[in-house]
Amino acid sequence: MALSTQSTTGHGQAAAPRRTDRGVIGAAAIVVFGTAGYFVFPDNLALLTHIISTMLLVLAIDLVTGYCGVATLGHAALFGAGAYGAGIAAAHFGITEPLTMTLVGVICGSIAGLISGIVVLRAHGLAQLVLSIAVIHLFQEAANKASAWTGGSDGLSGIMPDAVFGRFEFDLFGQTAYVYGVALLLVTFVLLRILVRSPFGMLARGVKEDPVRLAAMGASVQSVMIRMYIISGAVAGLGGALSAISTQVVGLDSLSFTLSAETLVMLVLGGTGSLYGAMVGTVVFMFFEDTVSAANPFHWLTIVGALLIAVVLFAPKGLYGTAAAFFERRSRAGKGRDGA
Amino acid sequence: MNTLFEVSNLKKNFGALAVTNNVSIGMAAGDRLALIGPNGAGKTTFVNLVTGHIKPDSGRVTLSGEDVTGMRPAARVQRGLIRSFQVTRLFPDMTPEEHVALAILQRDGKAGRMSGHYSAKPAVMKEVRETLSILGLIELSHLKVREIAYGQQRLLEIALAMALKPKVLLLDEPAAGVPQLETTRIERALDQLPKDLAILMIDHDMDLVFRFATRVVVLAAGTVIFDGSPQAVTKDQRVREAYLGSYANAGSAA
Repeated sequence: MALSTQSTTGHGQAAAPRRTDRGVIGAAAIVVFGTAGYFVFPDNLALLTHIISTMLLVLAIDLVTGYCGVATLGHAALFGAGAYGAGIAAAHFGITEPLTMTLVGVICGSIAGLISGIVVLRAHGLAQLVLSIAVIHLFQEAANKASAWTGGSDGLSGIMPDAVFGRFEFDLFGQTAYVYGVALLLVTFVLLRILVRSPFGMLARGVKEDPVRLAAMGASVQSVMIRMYIISGAVAGLGGALSAISTQVVGLDSLSFTLSAETLVMLVLGGTGSLYGAMVGTVVFMFFEDTVSAANPFHWLTIVGALLIAVVLFAPKGLYGTAAAFFERRSRAGKGRDGA
Repeated sequence: MNTLFEVSNLKKNFGALAVTNNVSIGMAAGDRLALIGPNGAGKTTFVNLVTGHIKPDSGRVTLSGEDVTGMRPAARVQRGLIRSFQVTRLFPDMTPEEHVALAILQRDGKAGRMSGHYSAKPAVMKEVRETLSILGLIELSHLKVREIAYGQQRLLEIALAMALKPKVLLLDEPAAGVPQLETTRIERALDQLPKDLAILMIDHDMDLVFRFATRVVVLAAGTVIFDGSPQAVTKDQRVREAYLGSYANAGSAA
């Protein structure tokens, strides 16, 4: 008994640094893939930047859906708020310094997160889903009606960001925008990694797994979810700001139900409740979409649909989730054999 | 006697059915009270009313002199009114270690922190290990809760209640579903709790009840029909009629 207790404790001490290592591996992977993307697809940097901004939105959905268990089909509202915030700051107020534009996007996203959180979190389950759909339609209609500010259905143009740090101009090839995007993603990943491992991250998982138990521990479930919605809004707003800066236009599609639904699909594809799942899902979905739509412009949606059905049926935890579970089982089986 | 926790004239109807009918129970620091009664007597409803999971129609609940009747469950927990659940309520994908650590951090008001990991805090880890050891869960501390046996999940419920450092602890059938051998662990854990803590336990295991309680309250059809010593309860005619029957006979035979 004493022996086995000791070995368990030893395992516990080893476990914490191992998880940290995985965070370092994730950050390193972003740098490696980011660098590889720059050199392997030099003509497609605009697409890669688009993937990164979408990835930030998918990460934002993961925070509320994967970690807190909130059902939402309206999360593009937070992304669009960030995009319009950064865009309007540049086009109407002459705030063209990219870091400031990004910050404006983050703030607008957080505010949109607070507002939609207050609405969406009033209900549970199906009613919650319906409220989230209502929110995205209201946001889109508001942006459509306020055409003096947003350009309405023509989109908001005239966004001319300055050079980053006054040195790196946003070029035609999208090199600066891409590097800027990778840097934002890296910083966001590190911060979110700290967040989901923190006590607050555990509270969020508690909300998802059993809110009654969490309340019986003395935690306010509603307050955890609202805080997470605001953080999620900041991340989505960051994605929106990146999109506005890199494409220099903002359209109503950034506030659309379609984008909300498509990004939720990306999250499910990769696997909910994990930052890696969100990132893997986005990359696979968007690359697949891009490749298939080029190869077969008439039937590509059918193929995307078939891929999704296959993943949901055969890998219900998503691509990353299923792979992670497989390796965890294998490593446990290996340990079992060592022990025997 | 200084009343720590007082429930007065608590009433709750579900439709026409009075599930809690004018129940008043007071507890002092150090009380070890068993709440017993036949199935459907309203024991769990009583706990749910007291902890705020159900709103009473009328009546008052006070804790250390403060009226907590209108408070949310979490606010009562923060004031030291802690419960365990009859049917285990845990986080299936978290480990026992994470459960207890989260309870400790929440108790200390540190669960809202957005950076750092509990395993880097020696004081938290020490308390986590101590609590899990008392309940014999230390070897399971890194398994996910859904991978451990139900009886051990019950023990984890007790560990969580202990980690929250209650003033008043309401245990709703802590031994239900726990193998006989493990029941002694629960008793030992309860023995290690501070003596000035007031505990109310609901259970059907009369041996456990009689070993644990210094006072017994019997609830039948939502009404308190007995409030007195464990020795007196087996001799009480109304209790015999309502419920105890076989236990009382067994008791007198032994």
